[in-house]
Amino acid sequence: MLLSDEQKAMLDGAYGETVRRLMRLLARLGEIYGAERMLKVESAQISGVSYKSLGEPGLDFLRDVAACGARVKAITSMNPAGMDLEDWRSHGIPEDFANKQQQVIEALCRLGVAPSATCTPYFTGNLPRYSQHLAWAESSAVAFANSVIGARTNREGGPSALAAALCGCTPGYGLHLEENRRPTMAVDVLTELRSSADFSALGYYVGERVKAGIPYFRGVKSARIDELKALGAAMAASGSVALYHIHEITPEARLLATARLDSIAVGRREIDEVYSRLNTAERPDLVVIGCPHASLREIVAVARKLQNKRVKKPLWVCTSRSLKQSANAMGLTRIIEQAGGQLVADTCMVVSPIEEMGFQATGVNSAKAAHYLPSFCRQKVMFRETDELIKGVIE
Amino acid sequence: MKGRSISFGIASGRALVSRAPIGFYGGIDLKTGMVIERGHELQGETVKDKILVFPCGKGSTVGSYVIYGLAKNGVGPRAIVNERTETIVAAGAILAAIPCVDGIDLSGIETGDMLEVDADAGTVKHV
Repeated sequence: MLLSDEQKAMLDGAYGETVRRLMRLLARLGEIYGAERMLKVESAQISGVSYKSLGEPGLDFLRDVAACGARVKAITSMNPAGMDLEDWRSHGIPEDFANKQQQVIEALCRLGVAPSATCTPYFTGNLPRYSQHLAWAESSAVAFANSVIGARTNREGGPSALAAALCGCTPGYGLHLEENRRPTMAVDVLTELRSSADFSALGYYVGERVKAGIPYFRGVKSARIDELKALGAAMAASGSVALYHIHEITPEARLLATARLDSIAVGRREIDEVYSRLNTAERPDLVVIGCPHASLREIVAVARKLQNKRVKKPLWVCTSRSLKQSANAMGLTRIIEQAGGQLVADTCMVVSPIEEMGFQATGVNSAKAAHYLPSFCRQKVMFRETDELIKGVIE
Repeated sequence: MKGRSISFGIASGRALVSRAPIGFYGGIDLKTGMVIERGHELQGETVKDKILVFPCGKGSTVGSYVIYGLAKNGVGPRAIVNERTETIVAAGAILAAIPCVDGIDLSGIETGDMLEVDADAGTVKHV
């Protein structure tokens, strides 16, 4: 693989042992996957931020990296943490967990990573443009950046995204190359998609079938940004989809021919099958909206439903710190809190220790959350559209 | 069987075979090495000291850290054998120094087989 003089110097240890180790990881990945050269990275998104998912070995690794004194070479944001970084006490997060979590954030901040703590960096100051090369981890954000924006990133693991941010480059293989962005399967959608949860269920069904491939959707008449966010997140959870196209909706779709592709059809029956498979509870102890993190539009929609109402079960709306600040200024946080709910920043239920907080069944509008909650948080799940979830917990 | 070397090193042990992809984050417990994904064919099995054989990875990008953490906690697999290793598993295996080979036809491998993985040469053989 062709390396610049600076990249060679990093490999030779001119920037210290840590940079050498990270550059070696990138070079090795490039060799394995047949990259001809390194590409300059314009933006990075780091996953592996929650102490719950990192554990002690991950924290040790980040501490070692942070000690090297290097700084990120491109705008770099981070995934959600395992708790609201300001309000963790009132959420009942154990003290020792909070302490470890702060150490993770401090290590990343020392490297120049923004403490954005969100899985939706594109809403909060890390928005790439079409055809730029990125190193993003966080599978739902990868699907969004590739598909909705038309930027180019592989599904990086947490450490390889961090390595790319610190070395300023990523090996040019996979989805960085135009020829690898063509669809592998057509999906004919035969039913009207009524909610984000429907998009999420569709994504879950397709991800299981297309696996690591690239689906091209036909028959989707309209889709909001939030619905595209939900679709990609679900496909990246049930499969490892990093890129999808939707006829006349996503930017690269019109450059691509689909006539010769194998196709599958998805109707209401397939979507209902996903709902019934992911549903294991009828009465949630907790309802959580915001997987991936809620957009401002979604926060507004929830606040409208809660105006002058009371919830009888805990209701969390998870979002980024910066959108929470907007919601504060707009009076939305107050409406949600007056109804007995909470607008939770920096975290989400999958990466926070909710099973230790006494919850056994969680209501969600996200197939991704429904997929991870049983194994990672020992939760039973009620998977419904937002309106139904809220209706179910209002007094 | 000759494949492609992903992460160097040599190891031998008993195969634990999954015909379905494995998602490490939320799929395998970091402290015990137990497969915890509900409904997964390996649910309840432990990857500790096994030659972990599966077609490809799936799911969260945090998987790399889970592989690294399993190794550091002493409950990781001795080696990984895939049909196709993607970046997340590759980065985890490289950082954790777990030998890893892909490009292998897994149909001839069953759980319990004694395998020797030479990831320097990119080979997997029954012993």
